[in-house]
Amino acid sequence: MSEIKKKEGFADNLPERHRSGQFWSNLFRISTGVGIVALIALLLNITNSAFGYVAIENRIDPESLAINGIPLEQLHPIDLTYILKQNVSAGYFRNLENEMPFEQRTREEIYDLVIERVVEPEAASTWSLFDSLFHKSEIQAEVAEKYPNADLHFTSWINGNFLVSPQSANAERAGVRTAVLGSLWVIFITLLFAFPLGVGAAIYLEEYAGDLWINRLIQTNINNLAGVPSIIYGILGLAIFVRALEPVTSGAFLGTMDPTTANGRTILSAGLTLGLLILPLIIINAQEAIRAVPSSLRQASFGLGATKWQTIWHHVLPNSIPGILTGTILAISRALGETAPLVVVGASTFITFDPESPFSKFTALPIQIYQWTSRPQAEFRNIAAAAIIVLLMILLSLNAVAVVLRNKYSNKL
Amino acid sequence: MTENNINSYAIEAKDLNLYYGETLAVRDVNIQIEKQKITAMIGPSGCGKSTVLRAFNRMNDLIPSAHANGSVLYHGKNIYEEDVDPVEVRRRIGMVFQKPNPFPKSIYDNVAWGAQINGYTGNMDDLVEESLRGAALWNEVKDNLDKSGLSLSGGQQQRLCIARTIAVKPDIILMDEPASALDPIATLKIEDLMQELAKDFTIIVVTHNMQQAARVSNFTAFFNLGEDYAGVLEEYGVTAEIFTNPKKKTTEDYITGRFG
Ligand SMILES: Nc1ncnc2c1ncn2[C@@H]1O[C@H](COP(=O)(O)OP(=O)(O)O)[C@@H](O)[C@H]1O
Ligand SMILES: [Mg+2]
Repeated sequence: MSEIKKKEGFADNLPERHRSGQFWSNLFRISTGVGIVALIALLLNITNSAFGYVAIENRIDPESLAINGIPLEQLHPIDLTYILKQNVSAGYFRNLENEMPFEQRTREEIYDLVIERVVEPEAASTWSLFDSLFHKSEIQAEVAEKYPNADLHFTSWINGNFLVSPQSANAERAGVRTAVLGSLWVIFITLLFAFPLGVGAAIYLEEYAGDLWINRLIQTNINNLAGVPSIIYGILGLAIFVRALEPVTSGAFLGTMDPTTANGRTILSAGLTLGLLILPLIIINAQEAIRAVPSSLRQASFGLGATKWQTIWHHVLPNSIPGILTGTILAISRALGETAPLVVVGASTFITFDPESPFSKFTALPIQIYQWTSRPQAEFRNIAAAAIIVLLMILLSLNAVAVVLRNKYSNKL
Repeated sequence: MTENNINSYAIEAKDLNLYYGETLAVRDVNIQIEKQKITAMIGPSGCGKSTVLRAFNRMNDLIPSAHANGSVLYHGKNIYEEDVDPVEVRRRIGMVFQKPNPFPKSIYDNVAWGAQINGYTGNMDDLVEESLRGAALWNEVKDNLDKSGLSLSGGQQQRLCIARTIAVKPDIILMDEPASALDPIATLKIEDLMQELAKDFTIIVVTHNMQQAARVSNFTAFFNLGEDYAGVLEEYGVTAEIFTNPKKKTTEDYITGRFG
């Protein structure tokens, strides 16, 4: 190297330039690292609460309910009904009988009732995954001392039952069914409203709108709307859909009002509100996808004597639809995670019935998670963590679909 | 648009001025294009050849800032008049672009699409075959009609673009440097094809390749940049005449390669 002479008029600063490059590259590596650590901490935190030991204490020891040495699990329905009658109030028993006579109920049903109403298992205490893995003996000692009758076992709070059970006041029996169905209904309305409107607006802005000041103003506003805090959309939705359009959003205009809702705090209102929220996102994404269609295709089409609409319908839309769908999916996953606007629009705090129409009361996954985390009992934090995992799974699968779509079509043109 | 017998030209520009916004791009073009002949447009880059070519089928309408002043007579009718539909103009005056731009569709659909949207009622299979034969592509693709048009080589893609243009049966085909993105062999094929096509169509071709203009064209229009940077038509005439005996000094300088 030494024979390469320093050039006249240029400073000999190459090592210095390399050093400065090294500095920046290290800085970027650190920021990436911080991000990854934060992500891992988040995932660990959730898993930590979603799995772990739980000590179950029964009000009545099931063994004491054995008849003639036959354990509870194997008892005949008639014996189970007898146990139930002995242990619950006469009024409650009559209610059950009125709902459905016991002769017609299956053995499992009656057995579940006995467990739920007589044995009454309760989580006396729960432990995090970390404690369960690394302090097992301490936990066992603690249980032996504090809850001598309790049954200690390892549980996954996210399980089949959790996915299909409706909301309940009892954390062990509560599930995400109501919330997941609510979220799906709301998102369906959101999509129905925002997708055609957003794509239509994008086509207009990209293909038809001239370079007029009014169109530029609209474009600027759409870009700004995409950044408006979501709670503002909630307030807007409350004013428009819940209050002003109540006859429509409550279903009164169809005469199909849900008896449980006497106002516009319905799935329809929530869906439309989230639709407003993601409308700018869908428009901007669709515009980008439309802009990415090469102008040579448009020229080829016009050059053959196609009209503008034929060009849009046959070339612009088919070639931009993967991009439009990708953007829409990402917008939908944003809407799925939104909590604040739904609170403002009036998500129900406690419903156990499946939503049945756009005019039903609703709750949604993030709302459910928020409510569970704010409950004082520790078990609710465990099921909140389980619900977060459900939400994350839904979001991740949506994003995976978006990525697949993008990869599948990105190299087609 | 009815046939005007007095007018024996395929298309004719009269006092045509072309603008992009406030800027005058081409000044005062007067040119008469002969039917079923190949007319080449040559000149240094930026002198407005493409602009003039696009003015012939109102493709400039797609550029928001572009506008025209003067007239382009086609069958005796000024295509810039209010009552003329540019969509109809473009069906009758087709265009082949510099970069081959087949649709991301099958070879068959590439050819059939234009005819379809224009309401072609005849037998589509026959039309596709006829057009591909007309573009000297049939033998290469006849067994792969459902393959994507994008899977072809550059030269084949350009011939596919020519096939889809002739499938809508235009009178005139405008070609903007149709071979400049192709290798020499593919270029020769396109040149042969142009001469074949001139039996049925009027062809106007922009080229920056002087030998190409000399080889294939019957007439040559030499455009140049005026002193105010607007393009002007310097000289127009029979190709042999322009290349062997140009009337203007600038034409001679250009074709002998002294600038451009
Ligand atoms: N879309 C456009 N907008 C504005 N100016 C343009 C546009 N296209 C071409 N021009 C200008 O018009 C002049 C002629 O361009 P063009 O017709 O493309 O020339 P050529 O094809 O002879 O190279 C150039 O100065 C060019 O910058
Ligand atoms: Mg050009």
